[in-house]
Amino acid sequence: MPLLALLAKEPAHGYELKMLLEQIFGEAYPSPNIGQIYVTLQRLERDGLVRSQDVVQQTRPNKRVYELTDAGREALAEWVDAPSDGPRIRDDFFMKLALSPLAGATDRLGLINRQRRDYLNQIRSLSSLAAAAEPGVARLLVEGAILHLQADLDWLERCQEELV
Amino acid sequence: MNGARLPAGADGGEPLLRTCNVTKTFRADGVSVTAVRGVDISLGQGEFAAIMGPSGSGKSTLLHLLGGLERPTSGEIWLDGQRVDGLSQARWAMMRRRHIGFMFQFFNLVSNMTVADNVELAALMGGATRRQARERRVELLGDLGLSARADAAPARLSGGEQQRVALARALANRPSLLLADEPTGSLDSSGSQAVLRLLTRVHADGQAILLVTHDARVATAAERVISLFDGMVADDAALLPPLRPAAARPAAARLGSALPTVLRLRG
Repeated sequence: MPLLALLAKEPAHGYELKMLLEQIFGEAYPSPNIGQIYVTLQRLERDGLVRSQDVVQQTRPNKRVYELTDAGREALAEWVDAPSDGPRIRDDFFMKLALSPLAGATDRLGLINRQRRDYLNQIRSLSSLAAAAEPGVARLLVEGAILHLQADLDWLERCQEELV
Repeated sequence: MNGARLPAGADGGEPLLRTCNVTKTFRADGVSVTAVRGVDISLGQGEFAAIMGPSGSGKSTLLHLLGGLERPTSGEIWLDGQRVDGLSQARWAMMRRRHIGFMFQFFNLVSNMTVADNVELAALMGGATRRQARERRVELLGDLGLSARADAAPARLSGGEQQRVALARALANRPSLLLADEPTGSLDSSGSQAVLRLLTRVHADGQAILLVTHDARVATAAERVISLFDGMVADDAALLPPLRPAAARPAAARLGSALPTVLRLRG
């Protein structure tokens, strides 16, 4: 989770970070599990990228507020500057398609058709999300997912040409 | 692959459109190319289906056969319970005017008529009165955001605008079947959205639509996607209703996962 980036602006506690992520990335983004967020924050703290302190609340249990350390700020800057992963070379479906004959499954067209239906249904759902979303980060995320799926469909056609 | 295919019309009656083992071979200079080889599809009354496939898979040829613009080499085509593959050109022209709206990839608008007249002419030829034709034109151009362009010549419009006029013209005669070849082919994102919204709306009003597209977003506006490959139907799949976010998440998650990787490694 890009928790360091969220903490760069101001200190926050775990639940606030969860809310922020949902708010920025919208409905299509897998809602982060609060437990995962706490575990990640602990790990970041152990590695010296964030530090925390308990804030006393009168009517509720204390909350632990996290803030970025200098090392964290540096790690964040490096992350922002570094290029991100390129194309997916390890694709689970392609592994199945390529290796299915070894497993005795020979109906590659059936495999391709099932995957194609799945992609089409995903695009259908994402399109209805995109149509309902306001312009901005959350909608761009959905549009990106649709474009990736369109490329996956084109790739299925190439696979069909060569392997079926 | 037959599981998703409707046996007949959605209401159980005769489908609106049905083909039986349709083939098309083009011959020129002693060379023959078979573009469509044994296609069986059917489309129910009011159904919305998309045909997808790589270029050269026979999509456009199939659509032209269904609209009577080409004649099949063999096989049968039935439209509204009537066999049409053997009709004369004149009878086909009549059939198209009354029952089919055809939207071409390259618009084919009449260049020396205004946008409004292009649309009204199609309605008049379909049997509408002058007044009905005018009302229909005003309604369709309004829906497509083209009211202000009614008196313009087609050549003065952008490609995207011409595409939308072509759609308005295809719908002008209230056809029982709308055939569209790449209806968003030359549109930008917002133009595509306008066309998709209109297609979705006329379909909701009962319009049967069969379109050819390579754009998955257009195809998935349909209820059913027919995948054509090498002139044959490779798959014919009914789509599911759009799911709410939780179920649509995997694809976005894959995209979103690019964000955390580095932090996780560094963290």
